[in-house]
Amino acid sequence: MAGLVSVLIDGIVYSSYLFIIAVGLTLIYGVMKILNMAHGSLYALGAYVAATLVGAWFNGGLNPYGSFALLALSAIAVGLVAGPLIERGLLRFMYGKDEIVLVLVTYSVFLILEDVITLIWGVESYSAYQPYGLLGNIDLGGLPYTVYDVLLVIVAILVGVALTLVLTRTRHGKLLLAVIHDREVSAAMGINVGRVYFVTFTLGTMLAALGGALIAPKVSVVPAMGVEVIVLAFAVVVIGGLGSLPGAALGAVIVGLVRSAAVHYWPEVELFSIYLVMALVLIARPRGLFSTAEARKI
Amino acid sequence: MKLNRALALAALIAVVLVGGRWLPGWAQSLMILALGKGLVVLGLLLLMRCGLVSFGQGLYYALGAYAAVSMTRIAGLPETLLSSDAVVMPLAGGLVAGVIAFVLGVLLAAYRGIFFAMLSLAFSMILYGLLIKSSLLGSSDGFNIAFTSAAGFPLPAGSHLYALFVVTVVLVALALYGTHRFLRSHTGRLGPAIRDNELRVEYMGASVRRLVHLNYVLAAVLSGIGGGLVALSIRHIDPDLAYWTTSGEFVFVAILSGTGNVIAPFLGSLVFEWIKSIAYQYTPYTWQLVLGTAMLLVIMFLPSGLWSLFTRRRKGA
Repeated sequence: MAGLVSVLIDGIVYSSYLFIIAVGLTLIYGVMKILNMAHGSLYALGAYVAATLVGAWFNGGLNPYGSFALLALSAIAVGLVAGPLIERGLLRFMYGKDEIVLVLVTYSVFLILEDVITLIWGVESYSAYQPYGLLGNIDLGGLPYTVYDVLLVIVAILVGVALTLVLTRTRHGKLLLAVIHDREVSAAMGINVGRVYFVTFTLGTMLAALGGALIAPKVSVVPAMGVEVIVLAFAVVVIGGLGSLPGAALGAVIVGLVRSAAVHYWPEVELFSIYLVMALVLIARPRGLFSTAEARKI
Repeated sequence: MKLNRALALAALIAVVLVGGRWLPGWAQSLMILALGKGLVVLGLLLLMRCGLVSFGQGLYYALGAYAAVSMTRIAGLPETLLSSDAVVMPLAGGLVAGVIAFVLGVLLAAYRGIFFAMLSLAFSMILYGLLIKSSLLGSSDGFNIAFTSAAGFPLPAGSHLYALFVVTVVLVALALYGTHRFLRSHTGRLGPAIRDNELRVEYMGASVRRLVHLNYVLAAVLSGIGGGLVALSIRHIDPDLAYWTTSGEFVFVAILSGTGNVIAPFLGSLVFEWIKSIAYQYTPYTWQLVLGTAMLLVIMFLPSGLWSLFTRRRKGA
């Protein structure tokens, strides 16, 4: 019984961080129809910036609780710098090209960013472990968990709720939904599609960096982290249905639970269990669980 | 004209084979590597002509490398031609890749665009996950492989590299000829038609699904043979062969070469391996940066790949 509880809790914690990364990926795809391969590198960038800043913060002997603000701040900083740079500097020249060409464009960005990260931070690992233990432990189902993990779950839920509210309740959100529905008609109705794209990509970048910044205290920050996470995030959004917000949430929960169950009960299959689930979902529902039917183009 | 071309090709192969004897060892290795990977890219060319990009060709590349030795190991057989012959091993790899592709192709043939790319990526990652955990096949370290004969003839010491070189050139030449004939055939010509408009192909009475399936299997067979050759050249295999970045590299070379001609993948692959070996030597940490920038430039200014440089000039003249 305790085993099952810990599988569930581990799975939920893992899903919440997957969700934060995947929701940015799905948002960018939904609005811009770009499957952003560089998302993993932006996540790594967030982790590196957070690790560096938090390290400096604690070396300076400042109030330890300030480091939480620093994590959020590094995500915002990465989003505001890298997002506009990539969108304005490159992607806007590519709009209207084939989806698969756009995948290759972002794959190039991914390759470039991977080396930029190594050039700035080198190949050794960084860690920002301090915030992780700061809030102490909590007893869940007879097992100790850090409060940080619980907070991670809350942050993920907040991100999901906030995004849903913005999309459905605000004017900007409704404009965004209109662009998702039909880009050309939206432009004809006077919506500044270019600006919607710009804001979406920046927001997506911020979410990727937030995922990285939040995971930085939990793991050691190493060069390969972006390469690993991007295929995981793909699995999440493909399972849920590309471009769907609830889909990303469901996909994250499925992947998180499958992985933690595999880790606990059958460690040999840990790596490929996720892709197996993804393949099975795609076989049953070719466009993911939360997909809508698409007209066949002639 | 046609006869002249065939003669020119035969002469080229003869020159490469004879000339290869005097090439330094590193150059022979580089050629084997480039030609072997060129086979994988040739497979991608077949798919790209149908408008499909696979981010999972590493699956068949790795299968081709692993197949022969793994079958011997798993079955616990003694050493036979299957695990020690430079001709049998790559061909067995191609066969296994083809069989697996036939099974997976039943599913994949219904997918297009990024869903095709993602599902093929998932399949290759499943193999990666399997390989990295299977202690019989060396887990994440992989294992060393060696060959002692070519087409049944035992090889004297010191002749292994050149023997593999000859095997590679001959297999690649056969693959080139076969692919060329396929692309000229009725079935082969339907590929670009699928890319342009599937529905019209269906109206003409051809089964798009079956065509995609066929191209997918052919691409896998080519990748399998390529993987087998590369493995014999490096003499070591590990699960990274199936990792998605390996597949990404093939897509990169395919974009670089373009789909204009069956020779293009091999030229692209040769250029790629050559630049890679230089870049690794001088700037190991900016190698991917160069790669990414080059790919962006090609996508922006040469959307039909390096091969279009030749055709464009020919038209202008």
